[in-house]
Amino acid sequence: MSTDAPAPPTGQPAAPRPRPPRAFRSTDERLLGGVAAGLARHLDVDKTYVRAAFLISSALGGFGVVVYAALWLVLPTDTHLEQRSPGLEAATRQGKRPGRGRRLEDVGLLVALAAVGIGVVVLAQTVFGGSVVFWPVLLGVIGLAVLWRQADEAQRERWVDSTGRIDFVRAVVGAGGTAAWVRLVAGVGLLLSALVLFALQTGQSGQVGVARDVVVAGVLGVAGLALMVGPWLFRLTGDLSEERAARVRSQERADMAAHLHDSVLQTLALIQKHAGDAKTVATLARAQERDLRSWLYGEEPAPDTSVASALKAAAAEVEDGHGVPVEVVTVGDTPVSERLRPLVLAAREAMVNAAKHSGADQVDVYAEAGPDATEVFVRDRGRGFDESIVPDDRLGVRNSIVDRMRRHGGTAVIRTAPGDGTEVRLTMTTQRTSSQEETG
Amino acid sequence: MSATTGPGPTAGSGLRRSVVVVDDHAMFRTGVKAELAAHPTRVEVLGEAADVDQAVAAVVRLRPEVVLLDVHLPGGGGAEVMRRVGARLPQTRFLALSVSDAAEDVIGTIRAGARGYVTKTITGPELVDAIDRVAGGDAVFSPRLAGFVLDAFAGSIEVAQVDEDLDRLTEREREVMRLIARGYAYKEVAGELFISIKTVETHVSSVLRKLQLSSRHELTRWANDRRLL
Repeated sequence: MSTDAPAPPTGQPAAPRPRPPRAFRSTDERLLGGVAAGLARHLDVDKTYVRAAFLISSALGGFGVVVYAALWLVLPTDTHLEQRSPGLEAATRQGKRPGRGRRLEDVGLLVALAAVGIGVVVLAQTVFGGSVVFWPVLLGVIGLAVLWRQADEAQRERWVDSTGRIDFVRAVVGAGGTAAWVRLVAGVGLLLSALVLFALQTGQSGQVGVARDVVVAGVLGVAGLALMVGPWLFRLTGDLSEERAARVRSQERADMAAHLHDSVLQTLALIQKHAGDAKTVATLARAQERDLRSWLYGEEPAPDTSVASALKAAAAEVEDGHGVPVEVVTVGDTPVSERLRPLVLAAREAMVNAAKHSGADQVDVYAEAGPDATEVFVRDRGRGFDESIVPDDRLGVRNSIVDRMRRHGGTAVIRTAPGDGTEVRLTMTTQRTSSQEETG
Repeated sequence: MSATTGPGPTAGSGLRRSVVVVDDHAMFRTGVKAELAAHPTRVEVLGEAADVDQAVAAVVRLRPEVVLLDVHLPGGGGAEVMRRVGARLPQTRFLALSVSDAAEDVIGTIRAGARGYVTKTITGPELVDAIDRVAGGDAVFSPRLAGFVLDAFAGSIEVAQVDEDLDRLTEREREVMRLIARGYAYKEVAGELFISIKTVETHVSSVLRKLQLSSRHELTRWANDRRLL
């Protein structure tokens, strides 16, 4: 983990707009509700610590359980916001990528629930000492948990409904069918029996006052109802805005797909016309491949913001201009600063030289952005040249590459020999040395 | 790793390697078979398959030396094929072949047990060399894969299958991977670092092993797959 690298890593798609920081429940790394994992991601700490914190605070008086349950209730899931490149999404939907194993998923969740349940029972019995209220309360809690879980699943399933209407029954039951109804009825039943049991037991144990029982039962009933409807109401507001965002995204996708469809068809038409001209066909195919590949799997940031994408853009230009494939491999990434711009320009010049003069059928570019320095290697397996006999009027290498790098405090090393290809090695350190600073 | 490994990309071992091609695009399979057919003395295509189930059946029945395996495959991807075949046929090697540029797919497939990764734009002779090297027990890292591997070990790719605590690469292994990422052939890497090709192969194999076979990570993956983590 390089802490001082300011740019997002290359592998991650750049978000189109900065979203206000908001916590989500993680559906990928969840043990129970994904609260701890989501919170860990939001706070940027290890999820083990968050889980430990919850466990410890749960053991100390049950506070953690309450917080966890509250967050579970309040935080939306992150599935709707997961945005990947269309190629990966399509492959995932069609089951062409390895998915996570699902066979033990439900069992895992049940085991976790049971463990928490046992913990709660033990905790409650030590606190209340097996008093009269204990079992009714436990029954009520279980009933509520079932309802919560139901609402949780319903939230996920609700979006499957393509009609766009959201009705209350669907929101609570989802598309779960009989099982969902059974769970719903069981939840309500448990809740009711808890109330009845409570009323009966207080009635037997002493005549403290019927009024109080009625108040308590009423409060419990209202609380139960609030807990049933609460999550649904709360999530509805969050989900509506998410749904709007999702619709905008899907429209963008559709436009983009149409655009690419056209571009692919156009290229294929051109290729058919130029079927006899192998070089044109190769160039067209290569340009189209690059286009499609970057759209499907890349999601590159804009070329003027990141070194890796600036190099890729330069390579694409050289490729189109000179008909020589330029392979770019990048490790790490960093924003294009004033300091790094000369590096990109020098690398571009080196690619042009290699494509133009070397006679090689491919140019390899490798860039590595580390915490101390950014390095770029441009290599071809062409004819190479003897540096000492390059005439003075040829300014490309000397001026555009070596001098430019030196002027801006970097280094350029050219390794070449006739018949052995050429490698230009460009290095720009991160630390600006003031003595070498120059604006020209 | 193995004494039969050829010294470089152009030197064949003289053996005829048997291959099964697994890809869900019929046109692509046809193209690969046509390219491999141009080298009848070095490669023989035993069969082909279009999804995970077919692939498992074909590989178990035909027992090829090398399986050319698409990363994206109906039924759970190339990784699923290796999961289902790997234990039964330990001598079969897998070479991943993909148009996907997504680091997580490629690294995921390598971690599932593939011995190398090449892109679909690879030329016929290069593909034959790659098959030969994989069959000989060697690992085949394309420059792009070497870049992904360096990124994964540096922790800057967020890949579900790559754990944060991957065994670190040694300085020498890193150096070798960087040269491969720069487009050097093994022979050139050896020349650059003043070591033998055998040593380069050893480094490359140990990088591959660190990526896929550490028992701790096997365990992590097992747990991960079952959502226990």
